[in-house]
Amino acid sequence: MTFLRITSPHTTRAGTAGSVMQTVIIACTPGLVALTLSFGIGSIINTLLTALFCLAFEAVCLKLRGRPLAFYLKDYSALVTAVLLGLALPPYAPWWIVAVGSFFAIVVAKQMYGGLGFNPFNPAMVGYVVLLISFPVEMTRWTLDIAALPEGIKHPDLLQALTLVFVGADSVLVDGYTAATPLDVLKQNNSLTLDTLYSTEPVFSSARWAGAGWEWVNLAFLAGGVYLLYKKVFTWHAPVAMLLAITLMAALFYDGGSSTSTGSPLFHLLSGATMFGAFFIITDPVSSAVSTRGRLIYGACIGILVFVIRAWGNYPDAIAFAVLLMNFAAPFIDYYTLPRTYGHEKSRSGRVK
Amino acid sequence: MIELKELTANGLWKNNPALVQLLGLCPLLAVTGSFVNALGLGLATMLVLVGSNISVSLIRNAVSDAVKLPAFVMIIASFTTGTELLMQAFTYELYQILGIFIPLIVTNCSILGRADAFASKNPILPSAIDGFMMGLGFMIALLLIGATREILGNGTLFANMHLLFGEVARDWQLSLFGDSYKGFLVAVLPPGAFLVAGLLIALKNTIDAQIEKRQAAKRVVIKGAKRVRTTGNVT
Repeated sequence: MTFLRITSPHTTRAGTAGSVMQTVIIACTPGLVALTLSFGIGSIINTLLTALFCLAFEAVCLKLRGRPLAFYLKDYSALVTAVLLGLALPPYAPWWIVAVGSFFAIVVAKQMYGGLGFNPFNPAMVGYVVLLISFPVEMTRWTLDIAALPEGIKHPDLLQALTLVFVGADSVLVDGYTAATPLDVLKQNNSLTLDTLYSTEPVFSSARWAGAGWEWVNLAFLAGGVYLLYKKVFTWHAPVAMLLAITLMAALFYDGGSSTSTGSPLFHLLSGATMFGAFFIITDPVSSAVSTRGRLIYGACIGILVFVIRAWGNYPDAIAFAVLLMNFAAPFIDYYTLPRTYGHEKSRSGRVK
Repeated sequence: MIELKELTANGLWKNNPALVQLLGLCPLLAVTGSFVNALGLGLATMLVLVGSNISVSLIRNAVSDAVKLPAFVMIIASFTTGTELLMQAFTYELYQILGIFIPLIVTNCSILGRADAFASKNPILPSAIDGFMMGLGFMIALLLIGATREILGNGTLFANMHLLFGEVARDWQLSLFGDSYKGFLVAVLPPGAFLVAGLLIALKNTIDAQIEKRQAAKRVVIKGAKRVRTTGNVT
């Protein structure tokens, strides 16, 4: 399982799937740190739990399928799925949510299709979407940013966090640390102008550009993504196309902040899972389009879908839905964007011959 | 009675309309959100299947090939309309829940398939049995999927059975996981239908593979030379 770079000058060392995956995990650290600083220790617990569950499910599946355990576990792909899912889940999610999500990500979305390289959908996003449509109450209970917390309320400490995760929310009476995310607030706003929202809602009033905590989380993921670009783990096409598409859509439909405004371009770039999706989800080499032109189309379509669902759909954020929809379309995009082979003419319609 | 056995095996297992022929998937996936829905549609389909098989078998020598298919479709449509009216009369609420999928029984390929492949070539009794067994096989698949989805999605089984069996059945509902069960909503939503149906087909194929393996192990291979007859007929 090696990803050889075939263009000259030939690199002296071939990167294995394992080393690529390790780089991705390293690049996730800024995001995880930002999440922890803003929302407390929940994301770390999530990530540890998903790692545990995902590796266990992967091992059981490999055993059942009669594959060598060590070889496949060492490619770290299950761990990457685990980390991505753990970062996507709301902090302090109950343990059974994490278990169900990991099961759908690893067993249903990945191993049932034949393991790494055969999954048509991004496993982490399948796990997330299954949870989101099955347990909307638990999945939309997001924590408030540390700066936006009301007087006298703190994030759960380690012990309380563990109780929340393993026993349930009813046993610890430390509510008040959860609230609607910036995207939620904007979606449910039906009478206030953006300026009023920004001055009254704590998620906005304590924020610098977009939404308390979320702006830093997004910037941290952007930093991780730039590191991955520098390491040449993926090309710039899909992320840049997606971010450009979101910016363009948001700019087109931004009405200067009326009560029905869909939010400014900067707000959309730094809210929800935009940067996380752009650099860590849509760049999945297995489930995305492969050709350069294909990736531009793939990324742009995801960007447009994200904005459309955010602005006019039922869900506040839409990275997972947009990615899954475009995963469907990736083979189709590839079919029509095959690069022309040198020496062959471009066909006049449809597929390149 | 060998024929009965074969027809039963075909309808329920070997040639199951839902799990092997993959016919009638539209109602199979759309209305199996709960046990009672699955049972209602399964019974309706079975009724149409038996009725159409008998009628087609009756007229099999009277219609020419040229008008065969329109005639079959007319017969199936009549039985479907009859079933629809019956359901309106006796199980009105269930009729409303199943909605468009009752009239859509007309387009269920397994019914036209049985009419054309079996009933139009066989006498009345085998046709009726074939229709019944195919209907039963389809219904069992529906019930398995419906029960699984209801258990996973709501944590209950046999909920709302009074829609089909009247007031006595109102308290048949079983709560399997207690009241604190959250309900795994995706099982009741459309994706759950595909997942459960796919897993059921996989399970059937695994069982078939196991049976095949066991039979292969039982088969005794006789070693050594055998006389090979090169001329004449072997009797």
